[in-house]
Amino acid sequence: MTAKPPPALKIEGLKKSFHGRPVLDGVDLSIPKGSIFTVLGPSGAGKSVFLKCIAHVIVPDAGRVEFEGRVLETHDRASRADFRRRCGFLFQGNALFDSLTALENVALPLEQTTNLPAAAIRERAREALRQLDIADFESHHPAQLSGGMQKRLALARAIVTHPDIVLFDEPTAGLDPLRRNAVFAMIAKYRRRLDFTALVVTHDVPEALATSDRVALLGQGRIAFEGAPVEFASSNDASVAAFRDSTAALRETLRSLETGEAL
Amino acid sequence: MISHVGRTFLGLVEGLGHFAVFCAGAALSPWKTRKLGSRILRAVHEQGAVCLPVIVVVGVFTGLVLGLQGYHVLSRFGSEGLLGTLVSLSLVREMAPVLAALMLVGQAGSALAAELGIQRNSEQIAALDTMGVNSLGYLVAPRLIASVLIFPAQAALFTVVGLWGGALSGSLLLGVDSSVYWAAVERAVEYRDLWECFLKAAVFGLGTISICAYMGFHADRHSSAAGARAVSACTTRAVVLSSIAVLVADYVLSSFFIRP
Repeated sequence: MTAKPPPALKIEGLKKSFHGRPVLDGVDLSIPKGSIFTVLGPSGAGKSVFLKCIAHVIVPDAGRVEFEGRVLETHDRASRADFRRRCGFLFQGNALFDSLTALENVALPLEQTTNLPAAAIRERAREALRQLDIADFESHHPAQLSGGMQKRLALARAIVTHPDIVLFDEPTAGLDPLRRNAVFAMIAKYRRRLDFTALVVTHDVPEALATSDRVALLGQGRIAFEGAPVEFASSNDASVAAFRDSTAALRETLRSLETGEAL
Repeated sequence: MISHVGRTFLGLVEGLGHFAVFCAGAALSPWKTRKLGSRILRAVHEQGAVCLPVIVVVGVFTGLVLGLQGYHVLSRFGSEGLLGTLVSLSLVREMAPVLAALMLVGQAGSALAAELGIQRNSEQIAALDTMGVNSLGYLVAPRLIASVLIFPAQAALFTVVGLWGGALSGSLLLGVDSSVYWAAVERAVEYRDLWECFLKAAVFGLGTISICAYMGFHADRHSSAAGARAVSACTTRAVVLSSIAVLVADYVLSSFFIRP
């Protein structure tokens, strides 16, 4: 029997309220190292807030985040700085710098956080662009790239520092079904190639179940379910079933409209 | 009523404290930022080259008006020969640093507030934070350093073109002897006037760019609106507060510098 690998991230009792309304109400999760862990939930469930609290873009009201056994305290700048060096973040809207070219966008974290010489930085940034098949567009500005290419550029920037963990905030927001599949395939491919831990928040159930090692459902500010994708797919839990089978419910409503039962 | 006044006062104190923390963070951030030189050069271009035409145009017309008005006032006392004195001291002591600062606020300051506001809205500032990049050092510090260099330079340029504007209207159009005009300029302006002019301009630069940067950087915090409206609101507030700050600071500094 093999020992269970230690978690990359351990989150305990994470709380965040906005104007007195609790968005996260004590979230507990453990993210296994080297896995793709997806947090599912409907829009407005607090998925992005959860991710931003981990990255400390939003300061949580309470709770504890542990990265590889080290607690990330709000006032412990050293631990937070170390976490940021080892963490990549893919924003929902990509957050690319529109005044910089694709190459400059990818090179930015290396330029600002490492002592590498300029030639080495350029080479590593080009390598990241090559890995994501956008090397031919290095001199383009983000506005000159398609939505899918911008997403790949944002991922190139997130992985160029060779992070141990990458946080994906709604990586498929605004993309068509084909591109959604491509983005999840990209996450799976590069997680294996670069061996990072991926924490994804999304509401795309089929894609998440196909690519993730574990999934959780966030609802009412808490984790309503956590388990393997196959367990999520077969769970009888009411909140899981309501979220998972929402398209089935839509189909049922449409069928009843067609037959006139609902009128 | 009393509670409303109290809340407003506490909000003001909190805002000033927050602004002070922001400025202190920006002042300490250059040491945490790499490739600062290229960022400063970009900021110098934004505040210098981009704003050059407006400084020249406003400077020339300010000089033209000073020459015109000054000539008609002085000619009542038969003192047209002092036109150079009037134009030069008006420009160096007050008009060049103040008007150049107001023009720079209108062009570079508003652009800065809007740019940072959009970067806040589109999570570019959050992205810098998650990358471990000091966002104040990367986005704000270069602009502040550039302002200390560029505002005095623009005030100097404003003074020079203003003096030529005064010469144009006074000498060329109204007949004051050109050599008399320039001799009066040379006699009137002392080194101390120039230093005061540059010091005022540097203070205005640091103050206004700090305000504009603060408003843009915290566009999400200081507006009840969101998105494009938040950017618009923060830009408007940045320009209004910076312009008021220039006039208040000018009064305070002038009261220290004033002499017969």
